[in-house]
Amino acid sequence: MFGKLTIDALPFYSPIAAGGAAVTVGGALLVAIVLTWLRAWKYLWTDWLTSVDHKRIGIMYIVLALIMLLRGFVDALMMRAQQAMALNSGGYLPPEHFDQIFSSHGTIMIFFMAMPFMTGLMNVIVPLQIGTRDVAFPWLNAVSLWLSAAGAALVMVSLVIGKFSTAGWTGYPPYSGIEYNPGVGVDYWIWAILISGVGSTMSGINFIVTILKRRAPGMTLMRMTPFVWTALVASVLMAFAFPAITVACGLLALDRLAGMHFFTNAHGGNMMNYVNLFWIWGHPEVYILILPAFGIFSEVVSTFSRKRLFGYESLVYATAAIGILSFTVWLHHFFTMGSSANVNAFFGVMTMIIAVPTGVKVFNWLLTMYRGRIEFHPSMMWSIGFIVTFVIGGMTGVLLAIPPADFLMHNTTFLVAHFHNMIIPGVLFGYLAGYMYWFPKAFGFAFHRGWGLGAFWCWIIGFYLAFMPLYLLGLKGMPRRMETYNDPTWQPYLLVAASGAAVVLCGIGCMVMQLYVSIRDRAKTRDLTGDPFDGRTLEWSTSSPPPPYNFAVIPTVGDREAFLEMKEKGIAYRRPAAYEPIRIPSNTPIGVILGAFGFVLGFAMVWHIWWLVLASGFVMFVAVIVRSSNDDQEFTMSASEVKRIEDQRYRQLGSRA
Amino acid sequence: MEHQPPHALRSYLIGFVLAVILSAVPFWLVYTHALPPDRTLLVIGIAAVLQVLVHLRFFLHINFTTTPRENVLALVFTCILLFIMVGGSFWIMFDLHTRMMI
Amino acid sequence: MSVTHMSEHEREEIETHEQRALGFWLYLMGDAVIFALLFATYAIMIPGTAGGPTGKDLFDLDNAAIETALLLVSSMTFGFASLQVKAGNRGAVLLWLAITFLLGAGFVFLEVREFAGMIARGAGPDRSGFLSAFFTLVGTHGVHVTMGLIWIVVLGAQVALKGLTLPVASRLYRLGLFWHFLDIAWVGIFSIVYLPGLL
Repeated sequence: MFGKLTIDALPFYSPIAAGGAAVTVGGALLVAIVLTWLRAWKYLWTDWLTSVDHKRIGIMYIVLALIMLLRGFVDALMMRAQQAMALNSGGYLPPEHFDQIFSSHGTIMIFFMAMPFMTGLMNVIVPLQIGTRDVAFPWLNAVSLWLSAAGAALVMVSLVIGKFSTAGWTGYPPYSGIEYNPGVGVDYWIWAILISGVGSTMSGINFIVTILKRRAPGMTLMRMTPFVWTALVASVLMAFAFPAITVACGLLALDRLAGMHFFTNAHGGNMMNYVNLFWIWGHPEVYILILPAFGIFSEVVSTFSRKRLFGYESLVYATAAIGILSFTVWLHHFFTMGSSANVNAFFGVMTMIIAVPTGVKVFNWLLTMYRGRIEFHPSMMWSIGFIVTFVIGGMTGVLLAIPPADFLMHNTTFLVAHFHNMIIPGVLFGYLAGYMYWFPKAFGFAFHRGWGLGAFWCWIIGFYLAFMPLYLLGLKGMPRRMETYNDPTWQPYLLVAASGAAVVLCGIGCMVMQLYVSIRDRAKTRDLTGDPFDGRTLEWSTSSPPPPYNFAVIPTVGDREAFLEMKEKGIAYRRPAAYEPIRIPSNTPIGVILGAFGFVLGFAMVWHIWWLVLASGFVMFVAVIVRSSNDDQEFTMSASEVKRIEDQRYRQLGSRA
Repeated sequence: MEHQPPHALRSYLIGFVLAVILSAVPFWLVYTHALPPDRTLLVIGIAAVLQVLVHLRFFLHINFTTTPRENVLALVFTCILLFIMVGGSFWIMFDLHTRMMI
Repeated sequence: MSVTHMSEHEREEIETHEQRALGFWLYLMGDAVIFALLFATYAIMIPGTAGGPTGKDLFDLDNAAIETALLLVSSMTFGFASLQVKAGNRGAVLLWLAITFLLGAGFVFLEVREFAGMIARGAGPDRSGFLSAFFTLVGTHGVHVTMGLIWIVVLGAQVALKGLTLPVASRLYRLGLFWHFLDIAWVGIFSIVYLPGLL
């Protein structure tokens, strides 16, 4: 009836595990209580959970990302604490628990923090920047969100019921196969990835079609904003790379569930193929994450230098080059698996080549700032911090691209430092820059700058403290993922690294304060014009937040900096003679239903509750058929309603209009 | 609705006949073992590629004039990616097979 | 129908159709990546028979030939259905869809019978890596065809109930893309799995 699920799945075997479960359950209960106290359930359902509006979906993605950032960061704190104290000692975490923590840390940060954060920012901003009303497939957009949430929920539930994987965020077999890992941990990992991966693939397709087919009249490809360009290339990577991880994890699932022999030791399995398949996805994935961050930096640097972006064409070509090259370097993740010199050399050279277009981008940003009038908004600080710090990580990457050097440093903390040096200043700082830049647009009031600057300084100082020692430790020979060690010369470095984690914790505290203070003071800091930073691109031409239809009249675009051009020509806030009725996609519960039953399906697969697998699969199947047979998916907002909203907008604009 | 031009029906019929031929030849070669295995494999491969092109042209009506450019680009890009992914996998895995005995 | 005579609503419907056609095409390209990697995995695992049966021991050329014929004819009959959609003949569309369905169902029946036979002989997907790869590659294709059959039934019902409206025609167009794509995948399967296996 319940498959493998028994009462033993609850984490009473360890106080730390029980503590984690209590926090998770407690947190969920707290949210439920607050929602009930605010009587907000109906509002949540009608205005958010059933929404197909890209702005709402984007915000929900970012909320998911920030929650998962907290969870993933707790994992980081626990690891740093363990390693700081575990010289010749077991520390406070038994090995099996430590292994779950490093596995969930990586899995969460990549799949359930970075991907949703990126997808959320793309969702909120891309349709506005290309001058359209919504993405090409609004309902599919909602389904993608809820499938991602289902995956995240599976990872969170593993804290309470059962255990998580101990096979790392990459899940290499044969260790992750059924013979060596018969428990549920790896299954939680597999299904969280497979389910959310479907969502990511569909998001990629959605944004490709949106960007190629729904741009405003006059917006040629070379008049798109840099963020839209990077979103396009990242979407192409999403659509074409995620199938590879679907295959890798899918085949692993078949090995575990159906006794197949894709990656087993015996019976003709080939576990090296898993590594090959995984990284065919894995390398493009990191470019999926970084390219939109680069796009955000381009926008932020231009806006806060008050200067036209330098070298737009070269940025576009560099982005496209990075996109295509990202599919040609994947073997550098397994130089040491045993390939011949020719194979290693080819992929090593390709890896070095791919650093070049990024270098081009760095020069473009620097030259944009040169002779600009720089405003040190927090987003600009994130950008400057990124440029300085990311370059260091890039250089260590080129070093690692040399196979003989990589043989020494593969799977040491040098590697750990390198990829965090790419992802934190690159991906995370970029998304935080976008988050702090576009917050007023999304919500209609200012984001407190002081706390934002505090967050920046804590994050960047904390980052250097946490990761520079890891480079040195890697050169001294410390492997990654160590629960205990006996070389006393390592401990000082690990203590410094732990202090860095503590400083980052302060940074997260600043982020929480920033939200609290901004929301508390929102009545005083209303964004009445929709253009608080004298922006250059179309999203700043709408109110903050934008109306449901984004633009009452779809703009015609004549320049790369469409809104700046409109302001300079004095046509930015011209009222149309009359308003037309606008067709808007209707809300629907089918997105959140698919997510909910996706979660149930994943949970049932993990615990081998086969009747529940069939039942939830059937419900999802029927839901899709019902939805796709429905021809009446939009409602019409009358012209008078549009006029009412627009009149209010013009009243707020006051003198600007 | 409009009168359907005969070209479209012809398209499916020509495609069908070509596909039958391009299937029958490799099957016949394997049935009869008329050629040595290496040659047969070559014919199978060429016939397969040609038949895929036949399907694309006569069943899916992909061409460089009426098909939207994005769709053609997507197809070309996919083919490039497949070449890289599959070719790369073969190179890597067979190299590993030689050196690592799996 | 000339553009000037089209209403705003009709123009939007056509734009929607084009966007959905492109979106579905992109999904098929992603599916092509999945199939390609399954093909690659299969080829890599041909030697992984673990002392068990090989393709030569198991594959039936006649069965593969009949399956090929069924699928190829079904592609043609779906093409006929597509022509009838453009011509607006509801009954003819349903007829050709039904024939396509029967041919596709025949294909799936033969494949299930083949799989069952192999499993009964101890040559199931858990016997060896080679067989895992075979069953997964060919089985994934078979599952896709089965999904296509269900889709034919659903759209057949829509045609019967709603007629050949633009949204229904748009869905049939995408089903056509799917169906022809699956025949292309089958060309790959007999060319890489069955024929070389029996050489």
